[in-house]
Amino acid sequence: MNTSDHPYLFILLLGLSAVAFALIPLGLAWLWAKKYSPKKENAIKNATYECGLESKGDAWIQFKSEYYLYAIIFLIFDVETIFLLPFAVSFTGLGVGAFISLMVFLFLLVSGLAWAWLKGVLTWK
Amino acid sequence: MIESVNNWLNGLSPAQSLLLFTSIKAVVCFAIMMTMFAYTVVLERRLCAWIQDRIGPNRVGPFGLLQPAADGIKAFFKEEMTPAHVRKVFFTLAPMIALIPAVLNLAVIPFGSTLGKQHMVLADLNVGILYTFGIVSLGVYSIVLAGYASNSKFPFLGGIRSSAQLISYEIAMGMSVIPIFLFVGDLNLNSVIKAQTGTQLGFLPNWFVIQSPMTFLAFCIFLVAAFAETNRTPFDLPEAEQELAGGYNIEYSSIKFAMFFMGEYCNMILVSAMMVTLFFGGWTLPWFGLDHAATTLLGGVLHIGIFLGKVFLFLVMFVWIRWMWPRFRYDQLMDLGWRRFIPLALANILVTAIWLWWQSGK
Amino acid sequence: MEEILFYIFAFLTLIFGALVVANPFSRNPVTSAMFLVLTIISMAGLFVLLHAFFLAAVQVLVYAGAVMVLFLFVIMLLDLKEEERRKVKKLSLVAGLISIGAIVGIFVKSLLATQPVKDLPAPMHDGATIPLGKLLFTNYLLPFEIVSLLLLVAMVGVILLSKKDLK
Repeated sequence: MNTSDHPYLFILLLGLSAVAFALIPLGLAWLWAKKYSPKKENAIKNATYECGLESKGDAWIQFKSEYYLYAIIFLIFDVETIFLLPFAVSFTGLGVGAFISLMVFLFLLVSGLAWAWLKGVLTWK
Repeated sequence: MIESVNNWLNGLSPAQSLLLFTSIKAVVCFAIMMTMFAYTVVLERRLCAWIQDRIGPNRVGPFGLLQPAADGIKAFFKEEMTPAHVRKVFFTLAPMIALIPAVLNLAVIPFGSTLGKQHMVLADLNVGILYTFGIVSLGVYSIVLAGYASNSKFPFLGGIRSSAQLISYEIAMGMSVIPIFLFVGDLNLNSVIKAQTGTQLGFLPNWFVIQSPMTFLAFCIFLVAAFAETNRTPFDLPEAEQELAGGYNIEYSSIKFAMFFMGEYCNMILVSAMMVTLFFGGWTLPWFGLDHAATTLLGGVLHIGIFLGKVFLFLVMFVWIRWMWPRFRYDQLMDLGWRRFIPLALANILVTAIWLWWQSGK
Repeated sequence: MEEILFYIFAFLTLIFGALVVANPFSRNPVTSAMFLVLTIISMAGLFVLLHAFFLAAVQVLVYAGAVMVLFLFVIMLLDLKEEERRKVKKLSLVAGLISIGAIVGIFVKSLLATQPVKDLPAPMHDGATIPLGKLLFTNYLLPFEIVSLLLLVAMVGVILLSKKDLK
């Protein structure tokens, strides 16, 4: 096995132990509750938490579509950040062409952001 | 006794010793993080009590030092209350997802130089920072799922709100570190530390936080984004008590609530560790030759101590600011993220690129 | 070792992928979305086995961390109850099966036509980021710029489509 794989193999193992670490307290508490403290349910305890008011209607509420807009702008900027990282680390070995192309890239990015700003998309109402 | 242990260690194959030492390191790391988590909570409560002219928890053990143990036992034995209206699978899954990224992110933090022959980092990945951001970006699921699974109005609103907050500041955070990597030229976190060794002007540390105006600005943006990503005041919109009565986790109680709580504090510790690594020289101190990999056992321990000390200072700052600052309004928060920090971070990348290009041309 | 891991990850990818579209236990879209996240993460594992470390990290960061969050937002914008109650229509089932059959047919045909390569060239850069950046900014400069233009167009398009009261 290649040695360069070891850190990643370790991360796989760490991931599995992280899942175990999250499961164990839940499982133990569940077992304890099952054996020694059975549930004492009643209607009020089970009610939806709304500061003492009785819950009306469905829990599903229509939220503002702005959230969706922010999510998609987030996605686009996330991709652009990823493009910027390989550029950043290989920057020193690159010539003028790469520099200019990055400027174009950043310009397109900024113009998108500026357009959204001017259109009032980034203003939370 | 020691000799026989030594002989046994020398007799191990490389793969075996790697496995052994990595597991030991992982367990120790994890134990340290859990201890820090426990005592950050005590620190938070004592400090906030002091700021508000109260006494704070001081009954359990000397100075209330056993308080975290008491809290843990209480959370564990409380009635495991799952309301009838929730979606059970997601309801259980959400607190688990809150913890898993915290453990996974521990892997890439270089918390010391060397101890004996061992490098004090769990997994020295060449994509270092990208791994961190990738894992951090998964943390948003715990909040979305908690809000969705609770099947109740307040948590749903709180979950949607805070996930929008997290993703907005994730961009600011990701963009703020790009100037650092322009300077370093490698994504590996050990290279970042190496780039911060030595001194400037004879005595000042060569840390990125004061290395140049661009990196200082990067630090400022990262710091604010770190507060937003860990849901700490002034960005603790998820638990806006006045409006949402606690946000995404109000339907939670007992051990599940404790897991959310734990995840939040572990994230705070990890983001402090990231800031120390990226901007404050990691385990190095520029004086007394402490910025080179340790050759002795004592030096190795000292490096780990330096790292933990720096992380601790950041944690104190997190706690301090929580009791000093009012909370932002939601529209202010989104405006600040999208219309101030992201353009600022972009401008910072631009200026740094031009600066470095001009420098290399000279 | 690597082979065993490959089969584990490939198996997981397929299982999770199947659970996204046909989950016997739940017809909840959020469940499907979460299984898609798991599919993506196990695919990242496959990328690591191919020594494409950067790609694996990007896979998790962009697909699992960003695209799927967007999916979840969209799912939550819609009323889920209706989706859970909806029955599968016979016509769409038949159409789906036919198209799956066609795709499988194409795959099998093209897989049978290929010759297994004996001597694979060694990976050029071991998935490191620096050479990747160099390649991106020298050989693949034009596609890179086109991608950025595409992203801009996507952003403008989304905003125009979803906001009616633009200034």
